[in-house]
Order: sequence, then structure tokens, then C-alpha cells
Amino acid sequence: MNTVIVDYGMGNLRSIQHKLKRIGVEAVVSSSSWDVENADLLIFPGVGHFAKGMHNLKEYGLLDVLHWKVKEAKMPVLGICLGMQLFTRRSEEGDVDGLGWIDAETRRFCFAPGIGLKIPHVGWNLLNPRRLSPILEGVRSDQRFYFVHSYHVVCNSPDDVLTTTEYGYRFVSSVHRGNIFGVQFHPEKSHEEGMTVIRNFFDMFQARQGKS
Amino acid sequence: MMFPRVIPVLLLRRDGLVKGIHFKNHKYVGDPMNAVRIFNAKNVDELFLLDITATTECRSPDIDFVQRVADEAYMPFGVGGGIRSVADMQRLIRAGAEKVSINTAAVENPDLIRQASDVFGRQSVVVSVDVGHSWRGRASVYTHSGTRRVNLDPVAWTQKAEELGAGEILLTSIERDGIRRGYALDLVRAVADAVQIPIIACGGAGRFEDLEAVVKEGHASAAAAGSLFVFNGPHRAVLVQYPDRRLSVPLSS
Repeated sequence: MNTVIVDYGMGNLRSIQHKLKRIGVEAVVSSSSWDVENADLLIFPGVGHFAKGMHNLKEYGLLDVLHWKVKEAKMPVLGICLGMQLFTRRSEEGDVDGLGWIDAETRRFCFAPGIGLKIPHVGWNLLNPRRLSPILEGVRSDQRFYFVHSYHVVCNSPDDVLTTTEYGYRFVSSVHRGNIFGVQFHPEKSHEEGMTVIRNFFDMFQARQGKS
Repeated sequence: MMFPRVIPVLLLRRDGLVKGIHFKNHKYVGDPMNAVRIFNAKNVDELFLLDITATTECRSPDIDFVQRVADEAYMPFGVGGGIRSVADMQRLIRAGAEKVSINTAAVENPDLIRQASDVFGRQSVVVSVDVGHSWRGRASVYTHSGTRRVNLDPVAWTQKAEELGAGEILLTSIERDGIRRGYALDLVRAVADAVQIPIIACGGAGRFEDLEAVVKEGHASAAAAGSLFVFNGPHRAVLVQYPDRRLSVPLSS
């Protein structure tokens, strides 16, 4: 199995690669369309500005191959944080179109005045599962995951919602549609609980060697 | 329910991990990687690694070290000290740091905050604000690891940093640093109430109750500490530790 971590200049890829190695996944960090074309699985991380992320994908010449691999060839993809947000149709961050793989929009947290909640939402929080999925196998409702974001995904179809999380109101903290998975939290920064989610993703597609 | 973060702040000098009092008289504590491993095993919420002599010695951040930390750390961490430019930040974030913390460079060139948040998003940009008092008793911002006072009011400077694109503020009271008798609650509250971004309070924690107090009474979003997590007992014996208990507060909505 050929796992590629998409490098589109939006941060923090080496540590993910290193952590995958520890669970028996040899992944390549790459921004080459050729590597994406030949990938069997895709990790789509990302920290930063939505518009900048889309701009970079275009600049790096990755848009066509990504659309083909994910929409047509149905390659499994896991988006993390900004990665997941880019799967939506559009974002308020920069007011630009996204990849449109999930029928959803990315919106800024918006609270009634006086509620006293800080933006960005930074810190550890819980997941409330909305349906069963193998990617959540072994994840308990009292386990905490690390979040850091000012924007969140709003799904038009409730069927795409995997978990919600409470911060001022309930927001979508993970999505799943067919071959497409996205998590708003950072599994690679959420201790053992986070690694469980990553392990589950690879196990769904039998993509791990020497399971640990 | 919210879980305010409890954050060890590790101070680095060339020879390793150190901790002082009032930003001075730093005592050698141990090997930083060893501390990172211990904190990792204790499932800490987050870590900050600040190189306290990088700016004064005009050094750039140590990328190799950050990479080694990133390989070990299954939790988010921020890095500060000696960061002068967006290019410096780019290297640190690519090496695996979630956040970069700027202090002196932000004061000298506030536009760096805006540039950084444009490139990395504001959640990755932490502005570190060290606060001390002048001999007249007025609170001021300090740079260069607490050695230079600048004519900036902590609240006004924090608001400016937020406006420019800071995602979080690491607010440290120089007078409380290392003394373990509680946070500067009035300072923390004044700053926290003046901005919408999260405040990480640092300086003065001596026990678990102090961490609770700075969140509940000081309105901080996270409680950071140095000595509390590396020293034990009145003689400051070195012991890397972290509370088993979690901080939790009900959502106010």
C-alpha cells in the first residue's frame, strides 16, 4: 500500500510521517502530482488559512489529480483540521471555494455576545458519535482530543456527520462520506486516543504492516 | 464541560533545561528530551519550549531539536526564542511545532504578527507577553527575556496583538516567576477580559489550586507553569511531574 501525505506547504507533516512509521505505515511526504496519482491512500493534513491552502493546491498543480483520485478512483483520504475543511464547498475564511467533496461549508465560530468563549477553540474536547464507524472503533466518549481552530464545518447532509463536539454550540468534529474521512481534531497530537483513530483508518484498508 | 489546558513551559539554554526565579538565577534542571519523554508519558495537554538565550545571543531557533521533540511528542507544542521572521517560523512549523511564540520580534516589528497569521493562520501564532513593573509601579511589557523594558501597557499591547492576528497570548508575570505563591490574578484577568483570544497564564503556580484559580478567577484559558512541573519541595529538588487530576469547568452557556 502506497500512502502519501500531501504536502501543499501548510505545515506539520514530518511528525505525522514519523508517527505513522511507529504504527507500521511507511508514508511519503510529497507535493508531486505523480506521487498522488500513484497513491493508494492519502493523508491530507494542514494548518493555516483556507484560501492560502486552496491557492497552494492550485499552484502545486494538485487539483486535477486530487479530484480524479478521490472523486473518480475513490481513493481513501483522511483530512485533518484544515485538510478536512478544504473538502467542503466553500469557506468564510478568505471567502473562496473548496474542493467540494463533502456537501458542507466552513464557517467561523460565532457566539452570542457575552457568552465568554474564546476564539480560536484551542484545547482538549470530547467527541459525541452520531453514528457507528470503524474509524471510531475503541474510542470512548470520555476520551479527549486536541482541537485548534477558528472555523468549523457545517454539513448540509446529516448523513455525512460522524461526530459532533460542543463548543458554545454543537459543531461537526468529524465527517465520513464513502472513501472520504475528515477530522477537525489533531489525532497525531492526541496521545494514544488519537493514534487509535489513525490506526483504525489504516486498518479499514488493511494498510498496516506489523500491527501494534 | 471545558478542559482548560495545563501547560509545562520548559526553558532552554545551550546546556539544557533550566529554571530560574524572576527570569534570573537559572538552575540546571536536566536534559530537555528526557523531560519531553516524561511529559509525553504523563499525557500532558501541551508543552511550550522557550529558548531563553537565543534572542540575547542572536541565535536562530534550533530546528534539529524541534524535530526530535516532534518525533517524541504525541501532544501539541509551541516553540519560542530567537524567532525573527516568517522564514524562521516556517522551518519550525515544518519541523513539527504547532505553534510559534514571538516576543521581542513582535514588539520590534508588530507587522510580523500579521504576516505570520496570514501565512500560518492565527492559531499557530502565539505572542508571548512578559510583564514587569517599573520602579514607579506601572505595569510594562519586557523583551529580551525580561531584560529590557519597553513603553507598552500589557493590556493595550495584547489588544494590538489580537488585532494584528495573534491566536493566543502567553502572559507571564516576571515578578511571580519561580516563586510558587500563585498567579498574578489581577493582571491575568485584566488582559483576558480585554481580548477574545485565549490567554495562557504563566508565572507563580505552586500547587494545583493555583491552576484552578487562574482559570476561574483570572479568566485564563490555560494554566502554564515552570517550577511546579520541574521542582519538588522547598529546596527545589529536581522532579519532573504533572498533575493526575484534570482541570475542568462547566461551559458558561
